[in-house]
Amino acid sequence: MSVLLEHLPELWQGLVVTFQLTAGSFAGAAVLGVLVCALRVSPVRVLRALGTAYVETFQNLPLLVLLVLAFFGLPEIGVQAGLLVTAVVVIAVYEGAYVGEALRSGVNAVSKGQGEAARAIGLTFGQSLRHVILPQALRTVVQPLGNIFIMTTMNTALAAAVGVVDLTAAANRVNLVEAQPIPIFVGAGTAYALIAASAGFVTGRLERRLVILR
Amino acid sequence: MTSTALFDEPGPKARRRIRIATVLGTLAAVALAALAVRQFAANGQLDAARWQPYATWPMWRYLLDGLWSTFLAAVVSAALSMALGLLLALGRLSPRRWVRLPAAGYVEVVRTIPALLLVYVVLFALPRYGMDLPLFWKLVVPLTVSNAAAFAEIFRAGINAIERGQTEAGLAVGLTRFQTMRLIVLPQAASRVLPSIVSQSVGLLKDTSLGFIVSYGELLYSGKVLAAYNHLVIQTYLVVALIYLVVNASLSKLARTLEARRPALPARRPARA
Repeated sequence: MSVLLEHLPELWQGLVVTFQLTAGSFAGAAVLGVLVCALRVSPVRVLRALGTAYVETFQNLPLLVLLVLAFFGLPEIGVQAGLLVTAVVVIAVYEGAYVGEALRSGVNAVSKGQGEAARAIGLTFGQSLRHVILPQALRTVVQPLGNIFIMTTMNTALAAAVGVVDLTAAANRVNLVEAQPIPIFVGAGTAYALIAASAGFVTGRLERRLVILR
Repeated sequence: MTSTALFDEPGPKARRRIRIATVLGTLAAVALAALAVRQFAANGQLDAARWQPYATWPMWRYLLDGLWSTFLAAVVSAALSMALGLLLALGRLSPRRWVRLPAAGYVEVVRTIPALLLVYVVLFALPRYGMDLPLFWKLVVPLTVSNAAAFAEIFRAGINAIERGQTEAGLAVGLTRFQTMRLIVLPQAASRVLPSIVSQSVGLLKDTSLGFIVSYGELLYSGKVLAAYNHLVIQTYLVVALIYLVVNASLSKLARTLEARRPALPARRPARA
């Protein structure tokens, strides 16, 4: 236990980086996900194909391969940014595919009659989206989005493998100095479990508040 | 046509807009591709000499050897974690509290711990306690520990999806609880969760890329070794990515095919006209 207290500054710094990675990449993934979902449900075949290609590519590549490609490959073609920024962008691009699919399944879960009814009473596309489709779609995707958030938190640990000093990397460094693996790794694991538990708690509350019984 | 609630069949005006969007979308895609090619060319990465090695067999053979090791790790880990996952799922559904709680605890905790942290535990913590595993198991053990929790949730969902009447009927004809589970519930649950199992296995196959950290010679690590040897960093990793993409996309396709062929669920509510 005292090991954790002695190295609290480093571990805390690692936890902050994990938070930054999670928040940054989940925000980015949300934006990309909306975009991908819009592409995939659009009536234009080319756009649908682009959306499908994006989802297929990033759901089928391991995140670590993307990180390695971005950290070691992209500088060779003159694309380079800071460690943290690169990691956030890569994780956002990867998770964006999952967010996009979750949103699309939400939109598809809204029955066709709802959209037809909205148009029949004369709502424009924007209005029917805002008042009819999206409120129903978003309710069904709270839980999946919560799971993606937890997945994102866990996936940020992979940034440690390419040199970002997040919680996982900090725990590993402290362990290399102190050689007391049990308290250090259990401490780090607990921190991840707590983040996931609070995310689960929030989405659970949200879902109960938003859910509609049909 | 998409079957969403968003659009009607397009009229003449909408069709014109679709044509415009088609042109713009194509242009945007072409522009992106051109930008990428320009970046490659400007940095001399398009030179034939830099791609030539990947037209030769030895390079591919080295990577395909890596792919074989990836498969080996994935298959062994999948088999072990499915077995463990099934036990955990049955444990979580057990009527006995002392079985149910530990199983639930394992699943809920392990589901939220990053696989990389487990890899570090196996790499740096276990040797201190005299458990220095061979390289292969240093990758397979953490993957099994973490994926067992995921498989457990899949199996539990599948078992829960079987109507209670099936269990009741089994018990009514005199089977024991265990026999009912084995002969009646599990076969139905297994066919129902097959697509999820395949897609979780794709996830597991992606996780084997952690061999990069463990120095187990799977596909990504082979790419690292090869790139350090021939100094073709971006080319090597792109080829590695392409291999992953082809393999995983085929497996995902299989999952979708299985999903489409899955026997229709019995209707819960009569369909309304």
